[in-house]
Amino acid sequence: MKALWQNYRKNKLAQGIFLLLYIGITSLSLYLAQKSVTAFLLLLASLLLLYFTSFKNVTKWLIAGVVLVILLPFTASNGDGYQSYMEVATLVGIYISMALGLNVVVGMAGLLDLGFIAFFAVGAYSYGIFATAQANHFMPFGHYPLSGESFWIFILIGCFVAALFGILLGIPVLRVKGDYLAIVTLGFGEIIRIIFNNLDRPVNITNGAMGLPSVTPPSLFGIDFLYPSQFYYIVLIILVFTIFTVRRFEHSKIGRSWKAVRENEIAAQAMGVPLVKTKLMAFAIGASFSGMMGVVFAAKQAFVDPTSFTLLESITILVMVILGGMGSVPGVILGAAVMTILNLQVLTEITNWLNQLSTSGAISIPDALSPSKMQRMIFGLLLILFALYRPQGLLPAKNRKYDQKLLQKGSKEANGDSLREQSPIENAQEV
Amino acid sequence: MLTEMIQNIPQVLIDGLTLGAVYAVIAIGYTMVYGILELINFAHGEIFMTGAFIGTAMLIVLTGIGWVSSVPTIIMLIVVLLFTAILTGLLGMGIERVAYRPLRNMPRLIPLITAIGVSFLLQDIVRFIAELKKGNYIVTGPSLFNSQLSIKASSISSIFTDATIKQSFVIVLIAAVLMMIGLDFFVNRTKWGMAMRAVAQDRDTAALMTINVNKVISITFFVGSALGGATGVLFAVQYGTIDPYIGFILGLKAFTAAVLGGIGNIRGAMFGGLLLGLLEMFASANLTLLSHGVFGAEYKDVFAFIILILVLLFKPEGLFGKPVTEKV
Repeated sequence: MKALWQNYRKNKLAQGIFLLLYIGITSLSLYLAQKSVTAFLLLLASLLLLYFTSFKNVTKWLIAGVVLVILLPFTASNGDGYQSYMEVATLVGIYISMALGLNVVVGMAGLLDLGFIAFFAVGAYSYGIFATAQANHFMPFGHYPLSGESFWIFILIGCFVAALFGILLGIPVLRVKGDYLAIVTLGFGEIIRIIFNNLDRPVNITNGAMGLPSVTPPSLFGIDFLYPSQFYYIVLIILVFTIFTVRRFEHSKIGRSWKAVRENEIAAQAMGVPLVKTKLMAFAIGASFSGMMGVVFAAKQAFVDPTSFTLLESITILVMVILGGMGSVPGVILGAAVMTILNLQVLTEITNWLNQLSTSGAISIPDALSPSKMQRMIFGLLLILFALYRPQGLLPAKNRKYDQKLLQKGSKEANGDSLREQSPIENAQEV
Repeated sequence: MLTEMIQNIPQVLIDGLTLGAVYAVIAIGYTMVYGILELINFAHGEIFMTGAFIGTAMLIVLTGIGWVSSVPTIIMLIVVLLFTAILTGLLGMGIERVAYRPLRNMPRLIPLITAIGVSFLLQDIVRFIAELKKGNYIVTGPSLFNSQLSIKASSISSIFTDATIKQSFVIVLIAAVLMMIGLDFFVNRTKWGMAMRAVAQDRDTAALMTINVNKVISITFFVGSALGGATGVLFAVQYGTIDPYIGFILGLKAFTAAVLGGIGNIRGAMFGGLLLGLLEMFASANLTLLSHGVFGAEYKDVFAFIILILVLLFKPEGLFGKPVTEKV
């Protein structure tokens, strides 16, 4: 058995055939059995399988692209469940992006932020206010709501406003450490929510607890984006951008500074890492992804109100990061996907199933036990169990390993011939 | 405007002291654990909430039994307080044993995360039990000590208006003060209290001096949680209605109080709690007046958070703490 497994690990062709078979079977079953949530989830799981193959990175990205852009929407499009599948997929994308943002702050820079949802709220409100008639209440000029074309600019605006808020939060927070930081960020998150909840007086800016209804849908070349299946592609593009940026940051100078600050702040400072700049960068970058997705979320839901931005949401994202593995990009993606699907699909499916059972009289489940109400318990248990038994998460973070001899050879050559273009670090393999 | 504010002062003082006493006793739990483990026990607010639910459940059951009604209410309350204190104390010990002790040598982030997990777990378990038994997780206890007392503040000076207080206020205040005095005695005068102070100062050296560190930490959790649970009962008696989510925001404010007084300092926590209660009541009574209606009383939570953030930024050692420098 073990020998077979070893053989499989080495044999790329076998992996390719197995993957192809898997994708083929799951997409065919989704195509034929439209109601089956299992088939949909299994098709998504093919990406995990893909991650564990030993193909080159480019090949992996291409296959993932084909599955996500063509196969998934096409096979799901055949039945009634299409929009609800795409809704789940869109939300998964939104949460992955936010979890990646939080991963920069918590996982890489080691700053526990318990008010992360505030940046999401800032992004959502920045589009929500100007894409509804709300802005007429306080803006001295202009006509609102803005047209759907402005959505694309607002993705950038949301990104910058959230980054700005990240820095504003970061500046005072820099003076406190560890546990205090967690409490202060939690306080900030609650303050922002309470302010959004009450900012209908004296000037009506956020419409208070009533929320902002009928946000203008985004439009491009005269096409309105109304359905989750359309938002799916927007989210996918932003998500790819996020993953790409996060990966680049991770292995850049700033990424290494984050990890140094995480491991030991004083040592990092002694080695010349600028603490203030490094921490602020972490807050700003983490927040900006969240802000972008906030804009998309506001447009997708077409409704913004403060109840979407409670502490529970912040903790949900934290659970995603912990579950996947702090600091690990693939891990966080997996964690976010698992948590979102658990929340949206699995729990509701089980609840429906139990309800059916109790209406048919087979067993009676008290209403208090309904799984969709058990979110907090599940999150709590996950947090405790993972912290106790697997603090590194499902897919632990890996550091790049460098070949010492190659580096030494490289630096010698660089001394002798400084025109040499390719740095040996580029050749370093991720192990 | 000023006269109006001065008129309110007796009522603000009374409400503020009640709330402040509650904050103070919970803050003690935070400060004790932080002093010994340097860990923010996020679940402490939830222990308070669990105490409130256990106490209310006992009161509901006891008032339902016929012969108990002949027993004076105050004795019933004392019995309930004691039982709740023991139960929540054991709960706190259990939490420490399961969720914090295995992680004592991990990076500081990890126990903090389990603490959040424990707090969510407790919230949901309590919600679940309450909903199963009562059909709704918002529970109203039996009303005790409801008779109103009136303080004739206007007879002292004509600028004050009369303040009214419920009888329960007196009980809450007396019980809280007794608990604080008892704790102060325990920490400063008994052998176990000395051991606790020793462990807080230097865990390794204390262990060398034949102090059983694990036992001392367990006792710290027991005492802190027992006080928190008993305060929960007092809170339920004073304010009547409880739900599983009260612990979080109250715990956060109590933590603010602990930071305000200098975390690790028990007397500081008591003072910080009373101060924060007074400030908060003052704010919720006068914020509308002071800002000409721009900010209403709904900003009083923001007010508490802002105090927390300001203290952490400008005087992180608190009012009575000693500043510590970080060692490499």
